[in-house]
Amino acid sequence: MVITNDAQVNELSLLEKNVKKERRKLLVKRFVSNKTLVTGTAMLVFLTLFSFAGPLISQFSPLDIDPANRLQGPTAEHWFGTDNFGRDLFSRVASGAQVSMGVGLSVAVLTAIIGMVIGLYAAYYSILDHVLMRFSDALMAFPDILLAIAIMAVLGPQPVNVVIAVTLAKIPVVARIVRSSALVIKEQTYIEAMRAQGASSWRIIWRHILPNTVSPLIVQVTYVFAIAIILEAALSFLGAGVPAPDPSWGNILFDGKIVIYNAWWMTVFPGAFIVLAVLALNLFGDGLRDLLDPHSNKAIKE
Amino acid sequence: MSHPLLEVKELKTRFSTEKGTITAVDGVTFNVDYGETLGVVGESGCGKSVTAESIMRLLNEKSTKYGGEILYKGRDLLSLPESKMLDIRGNEISMIFQDAMTSLNPVFTIGDQIAESIVVHQKLSKKEAMKKAVEMLRVTGIPSPEKRIHEYPHEISGGMRQRVMIAMALSCQPSLLIADEPTTALDVTIQAQILEVINELKEELNMGVIMITHDLGVVAEVCTRVAVMYLGQVIEEADVDTLFDSPRHPYTRGLLQSIPKINGDREQKLHTIKGVVPALDNVPKGCRFAPRCSFATEKCLEEAPVLDELPNGQKVRCWHHARIKEREDVPDAIEAT
Amino acid sequence: MLLKQHDKESLQRDNSVLQVRNLKKYFPIASPFGRVSGHVKAVESVSFDLFESRTLGLVGESGCGKSTTGRSILRLIEPSDGSVIYKGEDVLKLKQKQFQKYRREMQMVFQDPHSSLNPKKRIGELIEEPMEIHKIGTKSERMERAMDLLRRTGIREDQYFRFPHEFSGGQRQRIGIARALAVDPSVIVLDEPVSALDVSIQSQVLNLLEEIQDEFKLSYLFISHDLSVVRHIADEIGVMYLGHMVEKAPTDDLFANPLHPYTQALLSAIPIPDRKQRRERIIIKGDVPSPIDPPKGCVFHTRCPFAMEQCKTVTPVMQQHSTGHEVACHLY
Repeated sequence: MVITNDAQVNELSLLEKNVKKERRKLLVKRFVSNKTLVTGTAMLVFLTLFSFAGPLISQFSPLDIDPANRLQGPTAEHWFGTDNFGRDLFSRVASGAQVSMGVGLSVAVLTAIIGMVIGLYAAYYSILDHVLMRFSDALMAFPDILLAIAIMAVLGPQPVNVVIAVTLAKIPVVARIVRSSALVIKEQTYIEAMRAQGASSWRIIWRHILPNTVSPLIVQVTYVFAIAIILEAALSFLGAGVPAPDPSWGNILFDGKIVIYNAWWMTVFPGAFIVLAVLALNLFGDGLRDLLDPHSNKAIKE
Repeated sequence: MSHPLLEVKELKTRFSTEKGTITAVDGVTFNVDYGETLGVVGESGCGKSVTAESIMRLLNEKSTKYGGEILYKGRDLLSLPESKMLDIRGNEISMIFQDAMTSLNPVFTIGDQIAESIVVHQKLSKKEAMKKAVEMLRVTGIPSPEKRIHEYPHEISGGMRQRVMIAMALSCQPSLLIADEPTTALDVTIQAQILEVINELKEELNMGVIMITHDLGVVAEVCTRVAVMYLGQVIEEADVDTLFDSPRHPYTRGLLQSIPKINGDREQKLHTIKGVVPALDNVPKGCRFAPRCSFATEKCLEEAPVLDELPNGQKVRCWHHARIKEREDVPDAIEAT
Repeated sequence: MLLKQHDKESLQRDNSVLQVRNLKKYFPIASPFGRVSGHVKAVESVSFDLFESRTLGLVGESGCGKSTTGRSILRLIEPSDGSVIYKGEDVLKLKQKQFQKYRREMQMVFQDPHSSLNPKKRIGELIEEPMEIHKIGTKSERMERAMDLLRRTGIREDQYFRFPHEFSGGQRQRIGIARALAVDPSVIVLDEPVSALDVSIQSQVLNLLEEIQDEFKLSYLFISHDLSVVRHIADEIGVMYLGHMVEKAPTDDLFANPLHPYTQALLSAIPIPDRKQRRERIIIKGDVPSPIDPPKGCVFHTRCPFAMEQCKTVTPVMQQHSTGHEVACHLY
């Protein structure tokens, strides 16, 4: 049979469609049966909706000052109460969610891309490995927060700079994960088989090693996402993060610190959302790991 | 001794998995007596290892359900509490595994590991146990065992490790030894040495041995009786000469014919059994071998055969065993692809 | 198939496709501070020829250097010394880039069907990839050929979009063979291609290998520890021990008249699945010595039942004993 006529080509693409459909179905089934992942995803969806819909449904702008109504507890009008400038806390926490989770997401994406490239090449070229890994050892010797503060001190308090600082602090972690799984993949027979075919290093790294390191990378990156949210909050709390008056969970906490004894809502609400976001991401990451890990597929033992 | 050493009666082992329940062993029956070596052969997925692990009760009991009986000296092992099983495992029934490297703990010396089971089961002091360990190593043919007991598993070769495993398994003089592919990972010259050791020790201790293997050559060398398994069932059982001379089940025959013979005709194409072993969650209706069998009729596809006992003591699970007599009768019984 | 019947006469007449001469591979052992403290002598002066449509079997126990030999020929491992002459050119002297064009003609099939296929690739893509690397055909031509090869090796072509884990070991090995065939090679190194398979599947794959050998005019270097398998498929067999080739002979000759004491022991150690064929066993004692510090003289003398004084000092060389039958032993 030679595939020349259209009917056969159609048949083939139909076949491809069917196989893909079948696989999607299986994935959906495994997703639904994975309680951790479903919970994590639901929480993340809620947080995302909250961050975008929150400022819309609230009648107050997060930046409008109303000194007459400062430090009011939660009421029907101000759901989360008001802060020390009389700003509506609900809309501040909601738009703070945009900032905090935006910083987290940017950090996650950036560390994933940069960490992946570094990890892959370090695993493949041993000389590069020595250089890059010693460099990342040096970076890892500093506590994340100190490193981030130092970078912020140099760059100045800007949301973009928060992303840069946290990304720099977290790249070594991701690079190491990618590197260690790439080192294992590199020794697999199918890589040797590709070398026997005369495949270029580029092809081996990007077409063969990369797809096999994606699962641990994605899982690790969701944890980085969570840590980035905490780090951003910490930086803003210390005054080295997102500058006032823009809200972020961290600087709302910072504002709340002074009045912690008379306005509990100023620390409880942003704090609760940080906890919620980090918990959601960790659940999501754990669930994803179970979904992607081939061993969770309980194979039948002989 | 009125009871045989081990009677396995209608053993069923079920696993619950993500996809539902899987019956890995489905109604296996066989006996092992003192001084006898029973070979259990089959391809991967046939349930031979699960059978062994069921006898030792080594499987995770949360997700495993057993059925049937395993009578060891008349006692049903399946109904014993775990604490009683501890006394039996390694003391009365021992097991050796295929992979001697991962079956030995890398952080303890060989002597420590052998002595440990002696201390636990025979309540000897550490010093006496070590002496016994040396003796056991000598029995299994390890040169200068006094030195070897202080070495770590990674310091010795694969063949030596398997001897250490045997020494460990036999240190409490068990009545039954289960050997799960003990020589598969070894080279042929070393395999010959190990098989000889097992055989000699069997005679000496009058043990029963269950030899689990996929290698019919090994079976021919060391076994007295053979049970052939396919998809969780015993499909044929006979003494070793009968099995090799007149296999009655099409599968057994197919297996025997598909091995390249060291003395066979090189020009002739190898026989093959068509198709592949089906998955355990998709067991064929009727005879489990029917879809791959060239003798299969309508009946085979519909009705499952039972294990019939023939006058000569041979047992066959096939509707057509009367048609399949001598090997020479139907030379092209199994289709070549 | 017909060729097998007159092994000896035809050996000389056939076209030699690949000549291996004095191949050596020493792996350096580095101390923790990077200094080379010794060498693992994996392959020591191995020579043989591969002929068109014929199979050379390479047998020996683990660590004898048979796999290293196979990989050295394909330059997956760079040999330390020797030459591999293909089409009149010493391919070991070529730069990797120049060697590229020969990679197409020299393929390999691996032992472990589970790790030799990338789990993230569809099997169709896996078979097309070698053609893509060597820039053969258009996308649709490659696809067509992949389909043809799948069918030829006994996989239904509607499995094209499936992933390797959806196949059994035997099927995966067929896919590995299809991948090797994709670029129309003339030499295939088969490294234990059936050792990981069940007996009933093993015979299917062996038959497939024999069929495609005739069809595609392939030379095989068949590496295996299983003598009965090698006997079935090989026209000529080389026996290796501790990096040395100790005996090389046409298959029937080797089995009828094994000369080297190691070959004799190896042959007698094979368990035979036939009760009537029992024979006297030669069980050689002890283990294979370390290749870091192999015995002086004949490497087998430490385990040889016929060892003489001479064996401890003088290394025997390969000598012609009868037509095509060579042995490295002082007894002859």
